[in-house]
Amino acid sequence: MTTTQSPNAAPASQAPQQRKTVTSWAANYLDERTSISGVTAYLGRKIFPDHWSFMLGEVALYSFVVILLSGTFLTFFFDPSMGHTTYEGSYVPLKGIEMSIAYASSLDISFDIRGGLLMRQVHHWAALLFVASIGLHMLRVFFTGAFRKPRELNWVIGFLLFILAMAEGFTGYSLPDDLLSGNGLAIINGMVKAIPLVGGWISYLLFGGMFPGVDVIPRLFVLHIMLLPAILIVLLGMHMVLLVLNKHTQFAGPGKTNENVVGVPIMPVFAAKAGGFFFLVFGVIMAIAATFTINPIWNYGPYDPSPVSAGTQPDWYIGFADGALRLAPGWETELFGLTFSWNILIPMAVLGLFIVLVMFYPFIEAWVTQDKREHHLADRPRNAPTRTAIGAAGVVFYAVMWAGASSDLIATHFHLNVFQVTWVLQALIFLGPIIAFWVTKRVALGLQKKDREILLHGFESGRIVRRPGGEYIEVHQGLDEYESWKLKAFESPEPAKVRPDERGRITTGTHVRAALSRWFFEDRIEPVTKAEVERASHH
Amino acid sequence: MAHRSKKTGRRHPLASLGLLVLGLVAAGGVSTVVGQVASADASSQAPTQLTADDGEQLFQANCASCHGVNAEGTPEGPSLIGVGAASVDFQVMTGRMPLAFSGPQGMARTPQFSQEQSDAMGEYIAALAPGPDVPSEEVLDTADANVANGGEIFRINCAMCHNVAGAGGALTEGKFAPDLHDIDAAHIYEAMLTGPQNMPVFNDDNISPEEKADIIAYLHFLDENPSVGGFDLGSLGPVSEGLFIWIFGLGGIVAITVWLTAKPN
Repeated sequence: MTTTQSPNAAPASQAPQQRKTVTSWAANYLDERTSISGVTAYLGRKIFPDHWSFMLGEVALYSFVVILLSGTFLTFFFDPSMGHTTYEGSYVPLKGIEMSIAYASSLDISFDIRGGLLMRQVHHWAALLFVASIGLHMLRVFFTGAFRKPRELNWVIGFLLFILAMAEGFTGYSLPDDLLSGNGLAIINGMVKAIPLVGGWISYLLFGGMFPGVDVIPRLFVLHIMLLPAILIVLLGMHMVLLVLNKHTQFAGPGKTNENVVGVPIMPVFAAKAGGFFFLVFGVIMAIAATFTINPIWNYGPYDPSPVSAGTQPDWYIGFADGALRLAPGWETELFGLTFSWNILIPMAVLGLFIVLVMFYPFIEAWVTQDKREHHLADRPRNAPTRTAIGAAGVVFYAVMWAGASSDLIATHFHLNVFQVTWVLQALIFLGPIIAFWVTKRVALGLQKKDREILLHGFESGRIVRRPGGEYIEVHQGLDEYESWKLKAFESPEPAKVRPDERGRITTGTHVRAALSRWFFEDRIEPVTKAEVERASHH
Repeated sequence: MAHRSKKTGRRHPLASLGLLVLGLVAAGGVSTVVGQVASADASSQAPTQLTADDGEQLFQANCASCHGVNAEGTPEGPSLIGVGAASVDFQVMTGRMPLAFSGPQGMARTPQFSQEQSDAMGEYIAALAPGPDVPSEEVLDTADANVANGGEIFRINCAMCHNVAGAGGALTEGKFAPDLHDIDAAHIYEAMLTGPQNMPVFNDDNISPEEKADIIAYLHFLDENPSVGGFDLGSLGPVSEGLFIWIFGLGGIVAITVWLTAKPN
């Protein structure tokens, strides 16, 4: 608080009036040399709305800090070399086994370095939590429409962070050079080689010759600890700067409008709360890491291209890609002496398209709706039925691919036929999103109708009253100001009409856009008007 | 009136309940006693050595309907000529035979026969034609087995179906490779030797008896040494880890966020 006392950048004249405490002296000293008080005053007044779903991004940030801390510890002891060695550490079932130095040093971290196993497990569990919390954070932003203008760029940056987090995860998964990580690399190698014409060359470039070679672990290590984290931190910084510049969204309520943000400022309330929350997240990760094994590399043994273990899966965030490969039918064609592996190329194309669609969704929606206004109020998902339905379809599409990655475990654990599991999932990848879209849209519209009903007629209170004339009625209870505001405050735009542009022409693009806009907005429930409320309150 | 309302004896309101309890105790007691008699019958045979003839009788009574009266096989079950005593011991003493029901593959359950009865059937089957015999004590001795070598052979030959940690895995058409935890050494050995159901045969030329002992030592090492990192979540790999972090990790943290932003009433 002391740093924000003097808002103007020339504090020398005010110095005599200030109390001469150490903090005020230090603040002055800093400010005279950096003029930082303006920035801290601005940042200190950054407002955070008080809703649990706004804290998910924080979880990602805090788990990233935990990853940095534990990862730094691991780099002190990990040796990313693919040179040969014979294991002589303390894990008996691997004694005397030939392996790479990378794997041996991972085993040493797990068995012979004090606290090493805990740090490995903290690092890995925090990584899983990092990506999971990013995923949930993105879902929150999507379903509340918080990606709309002016936040489209921050959505794209956030999505790039998600991709980078997956890349960080995958490179980290590959580093221990155990059987599991080697199998993951073998799949990547197969995918790269499936690219027509250049695939083989790219694979040679990546692995420094034939797979697996002796170069890939050191290369992945550099990516994992230098290049990717550097890009990630830069993008994270941009994400935060934009978050401050754009300010937070908030749910509508009395006093909460599109022009303000209601909540607590960073200084001092939010900073204290966030500090405490950081330690809670840290604590949860530590508690999990101390009690639950993650990636028992000692079970997998050193990488050897011949064996593959049953139940070989990537970490959860790469699961959707693995599932896409498993669900693709085994089509291949030979043309001009080249083999086209459609079983790999089709999933790669579908995944690429899916990623692009998600990344550019804010622009696609803005083009369809032609909405150029700024939006600072978060939508309740039911009030944007088509968007919510699109989101649900996307989630189901992703979830089916995700389930596809564990088809073998689904089969063994539910006593099913693994082929039938795959067939059902193959059907679901087409039908699931359609069903999800339709059901979600109906549910959202139904909820909107219910909201409207409640607004106009109130809750059924369950209290039956007999009128003097002998008639029985159930008393309906109205909502208070706060509750009714929540139900009233939304907009439901009409579909855009086909209109000629300034040169008087109607292009195909206009027609397409109008059709999409119709599809987006035609099923809609209008928000209650003031007149309707007044009419309802009279009877 | 007050006197009459106090019903006693067989007109007491709880009389029927008492009768029911009595009946249940009687019926349960009888069945327990009969069961004990039956099991006593089984154990009373233990001291007397069963012969191949007894084995044949047991076979005729319990196995012949599928495997044929001369063990020559029928459309329902394969021929047992030449499968050897090792195969009989594995199938019977892990409870896979007699089949509980016909499904994609026989499931392990509580054995239906005593070791002596199984041995007698094994003797009968071995007498039909030569086949792999049950492993001797010294073959199964893992005192000076090489656990590390066992682990390596296991990863190369077995982990593809059974998973590196022996947690089991899926095969085609609803078949599966079972979990390998807490399995008797003799049964592990016999499984490798005879290749039951969908499992390939690993004869002594593929994997020598010493190497088989190494594998047994490795699997028993896994049984006796629980995961050093804490609970192992079934040793199923990243799938169970992913489910755990979403449900308990992120679920717990979302609960914390809801708690932190809760407004006092």
